[in-house]
Amino acid sequence: MANGNGGRRLGALVDHVRESQVWNSIFRPGSPFRAGYSDSPRNRSYVIMNNVLYHLHPVKVKRHGVRLSYTLCLGGISFFLFIVLTITGIFLMFYYRPTSPQAYLDLQALSTDVAFGNLVRNMHRWGAHLMVLSVFLHMARVFYHGAYKPPREFNWVVGVVLLLLTLLLSFTGYLLPWDQLALWAVTVGSTMASYTPVFGSQVSFVLIGGVQITPDTLLRWYVLHVLFLPFVITIFLAVHFWRVRKDGGISGPL
Amino acid sequence: MADIPEHLLRRSAEAKAKATGRPVEEVLAEMKGEAPPAPAAGGGDAPPAAADLDTLAAETGIPKHLLERSMRARAKAEGRPVPTAAPATATTATATAPRPAAGGAQPAAAPAIPEGVRTQRLLTVVKAGAIQQVKREPHDKVNVWPHLLAIEFVALLVVTFVLIAMAIYIQAPLLEFANFNEQPNPSKAPWYFLGLQELLAYFDPQVAGVLIPGLGLAALAFIPYVDKNPSVRPSDRKLAILIFTFFITASAVLTIYGSFFRGPGFNFTFPWRDGIFFDDLKAILE
Repeated sequence: MANGNGGRRLGALVDHVRESQVWNSIFRPGSPFRAGYSDSPRNRSYVIMNNVLYHLHPVKVKRHGVRLSYTLCLGGISFFLFIVLTITGIFLMFYYRPTSPQAYLDLQALSTDVAFGNLVRNMHRWGAHLMVLSVFLHMARVFYHGAYKPPREFNWVVGVVLLLLTLLLSFTGYLLPWDQLALWAVTVGSTMASYTPVFGSQVSFVLIGGVQITPDTLLRWYVLHVLFLPFVITIFLAVHFWRVRKDGGISGPL
Repeated sequence: MADIPEHLLRRSAEAKAKATGRPVEEVLAEMKGEAPPAPAAGGGDAPPAAADLDTLAAETGIPKHLLERSMRARAKAEGRPVPTAAPATATTATATAPRPAAGGAQPAAAPAIPEGVRTQRLLTVVKAGAIQQVKREPHDKVNVWPHLLAIEFVALLVVTFVLIAMAIYIQAPLLEFANFNEQPNPSKAPWYFLGLQELLAYFDPQVAGVLIPGLGLAALAFIPYVDKNPSVRPSDRKLAILIFTFFITASAVLTIYGSFFRGPGFNFTFPWRDGIFFDDLKAILE
């Protein structure tokens, strides 16, 4: 903006937009995006309080909780990976049909014909592995800080359920490429479930939709993977985050 | 005064009229400033005109020595000469000697009030304590914005960067089309189940595949109800940490063992001698 006049007019336009009714209806009072935001303790509170972030964060947190070495951001990273996996997963759904042999052919096409298809597929796969890892590490962190102690007992239980759901999400996704790796890894995994005492064969039947893995299993696990389990885990995530706030925020210093 | 609603003013006037025994209209007019204030009826509402502490003590029921002490302390705090003589004789002196904040001399006709004696009446006592008894402990706190959100944003960027870098440089495996008639050797579960698959080599499938993971998960969920130790300090919970670390380490060792040290037939192998039998990471490890 070498032309000073142009810069001024642009500034005036920006001011005009930032003072408009539309703009102010989007950004609530205290938002840093509003015209005239100043860095004051009051506005710092408003940034959270007048924002959807208030569902996740209080206005203030204990100082030790902000130290990176305390939480290592593991819970937040797990959640962020879940969001990334949702976004990349929706992208993959555009190019995938859970039938045999289309599933495998779609993956081949995805890797070669679709713009960014291979990149997004790789992100989805590595993101899933990283999420299992980060959820597990998050659990270990919480244990070593004794953060499951009253009043946070139940949130620990919710966390264990979330760990299980994360594993199930990853495991159901493992079958979807419909290649040799997917088929036989899932065979090994689901054979273990069939050893359940008393009603093992029933468990196995429900799990893979038959007496052995077939293309029907693919459809079943696809629905579990893209619909049922994300739905369930979202509910548990909501409870988990809500309980973090209600149980007094992050656990105390050691 | 101007913005007090009429009905509130009236209610107040009625209460005051009832207390003083005067007509409501008169009190109302006085409160609105339309009529001169009537002389207080009786002694009840008047400020204690009694000059000396004896009558004040008699009226309020506060022991005289306490009134004196309070007077002296107040005088000392305000930096005035401490009255030593009995206040009864000092009434005129205090009346003419202005308080530092009062500015000019008071008129001699003003009611003589002993120094250090409050003339306000106690109307009510509001007990301390909120509806919710929340015991707030002093905590060193910081604002989420900008301190925490900035960190979270950086963490988000780092994770995004790492994930994209991995996605660019490590190709996710896609083997041949699924073939029910040809089982690869070895067949391995996803890596997070390889610890369990490793256990299958030692125990009955019912034990390794169902009992151990099932009980393990249940035990995990029940930790908070079993561990009754209220302390979070590591030095106070050595046993809990020892047990948890044992299981964490064991599952990590089993998983790594199952991932890298199990080859064809799920027999023992050295990854550096026989190669990697772990398809997910084959792309970068070989």
